[in-house]
Amino acid sequence: MGELDLGMVNWARAQFTLTAMYHWLFVPITLGLSFLCAFFETIYVRTGKEEWKRLTKFWMTLFGINFAIGVATGIILEFEFGTNWSNYSWMVGDIFGAPLAIEGIFAFFIEATFFAVMFFGWERTSKGFHLFSTWMVAIGSNLSALWILVANSWMQYPVGMVFNPDTARFEMQNIWEVILSPVAVAKFTHTTSSSFVVGSLFVIAVSSYYLLKKRHIDMAKKSILVASVFGLLSGLFTAFTGDESAFVNASTQPMKLAAYEGLYKGSRGADIVAFGMLTPGKRTGDGQEPFAFEISIPRGLALLATREWNGFVPGIEDLVYGNSAEGLVGAADMIERGKKAIVDLAAYKAARKAGDDAAGKAALERFNVNKDYLGYGYMTRPEEIVPPVASTYYSFHYMVYVGTFIIFLMLFFLKAGLSDRLAENRLLLRLGVASFFLAYLASELGWVVAEVGRQPWAIQDMLPVKMAATNIGSGHVQGTFLLFFILFAVLLLAEIKIMIKQIKIGPEVA
Amino acid sequence: MNDNLLRRCYNFYRDGFRAMTVGRTLWKIIAVKLLVMFAVLKVFFFPDFLNTTFDNDQQRADHVLQQLTGAAEHNEQRRMR
Repeated sequence: MGELDLGMVNWARAQFTLTAMYHWLFVPITLGLSFLCAFFETIYVRTGKEEWKRLTKFWMTLFGINFAIGVATGIILEFEFGTNWSNYSWMVGDIFGAPLAIEGIFAFFIEATFFAVMFFGWERTSKGFHLFSTWMVAIGSNLSALWILVANSWMQYPVGMVFNPDTARFEMQNIWEVILSPVAVAKFTHTTSSSFVVGSLFVIAVSSYYLLKKRHIDMAKKSILVASVFGLLSGLFTAFTGDESAFVNASTQPMKLAAYEGLYKGSRGADIVAFGMLTPGKRTGDGQEPFAFEISIPRGLALLATREWNGFVPGIEDLVYGNSAEGLVGAADMIERGKKAIVDLAAYKAARKAGDDAAGKAALERFNVNKDYLGYGYMTRPEEIVPPVASTYYSFHYMVYVGTFIIFLMLFFLKAGLSDRLAENRLLLRLGVASFFLAYLASELGWVVAEVGRQPWAIQDMLPVKMAATNIGSGHVQGTFLLFFILFAVLLLAEIKIMIKQIKIGPEVA
Repeated sequence: MNDNLLRRCYNFYRDGFRAMTVGRTLWKIIAVKLLVMFAVLKVFFFPDFLNTTFDNDQQRADHVLQQLTGAAEHNEQRRMR
């Protein structure tokens, strides 16, 4: 076997990051705006007032533009799996097959039927059926997201499966364990609710722009009122599910939690850093103070991670080097067990090939003892299990700050909307426009926390990213990276141009 | 009755597509995008490595196992000889 080209792994990583982040430009608006369209139309059907119909149709048009440009961009990720990540793709095929097939059927069914009714059926179907279709698009789009998030969650917390050493595949044992794992529940609720916030801010930003320009004033005020209620409730729920995600991370991915909290040395009753700057150049085990500057909340992290004031939260160094007082085994021991698992897997394969059943059985028994550490066997030193701390830490804190800010912003918009003082509060309107971009970045950085924070793993503890990749040269991946960059830039410019044009046109005139 | 229903569905989609305004541009973008993705990217740049390199699942499994075991497997074969 030739040495795997690490340059290729990093280029494949970069390409996947580019594609995923581009795809994610469209998803939050689809998830959030679909529900807002359903709310707007529900108000129209209940009140029978034509201005709500015009308002609904306007936001549906923007929803359609976003959907059309974003549709199928996720499929490119599947192309990349087959070409750049073939080991991984093969190994998880049995786990991912079911969720992705369900997603495909869902998406096709919804897009072919209810989308058509939503856009073509205003004058051709009854009000009730049209409203039903709009709700189905909203629910269906979000359920469609469920399956891909379940698949992603399984990579972070691989449950409900068994590794088959004959086929080198993870085989599903219990689909409900996969779907209802605590990581999947936390991820789905956090991702969708935060997308509702982004969708709400999109409506608020466009409406604020209209109010600043003194155009479509009535429509903008009505839109802001509904979006601020939805955004506020979603923002509060996002904070709740974010807290739950951190609690789940503490037991399932403690290294990720330690990285995004900047916790190098664990302790009982650990403080949480509210504001802080990491020491530049800090490395695991180098003895430097983790923070150049910090403001902490006493015992905050212990409460967040363990729900106890005096609970123990392991730091990066506890997880790398072990902590016997708290019963934590260091990565060196796990690497040793992982290497044994690899040797026994090789022995099993060789015995099977030689037709030696007894040797094969013995090797398999030995493999099963250490199989849960398989992925550690590909590490060369304990520090390799540490993700990039700075990018994880700063992304997480940006997300938390912006999330908190947006909850207050929604409150201000709701208060101003209820007292009909929106139009005169120009500072708030300007903040409304700018905050959309802040929220968009927070949404993207949420994925940085989730995905960079779980490095070096493609599948937690089982398969490091470097072993998930296809053993091909990096030149090909570099070329397609550039190709995607150009393609995505063109598509994005097209969307922005069409979206801005449509926003300038505004809703139908009464 | 079924013919009638099918005709009504057909007319529904036909009239909907005909009445599109901004939708026409969007459909053009979708068509070009899908063409580029499936007729260019997938065919020329993103072949499925395991499907195009190996003939059956056994070979694919052996290849991935070899990737996973690598040097360890080589040593084991030498030991068994």
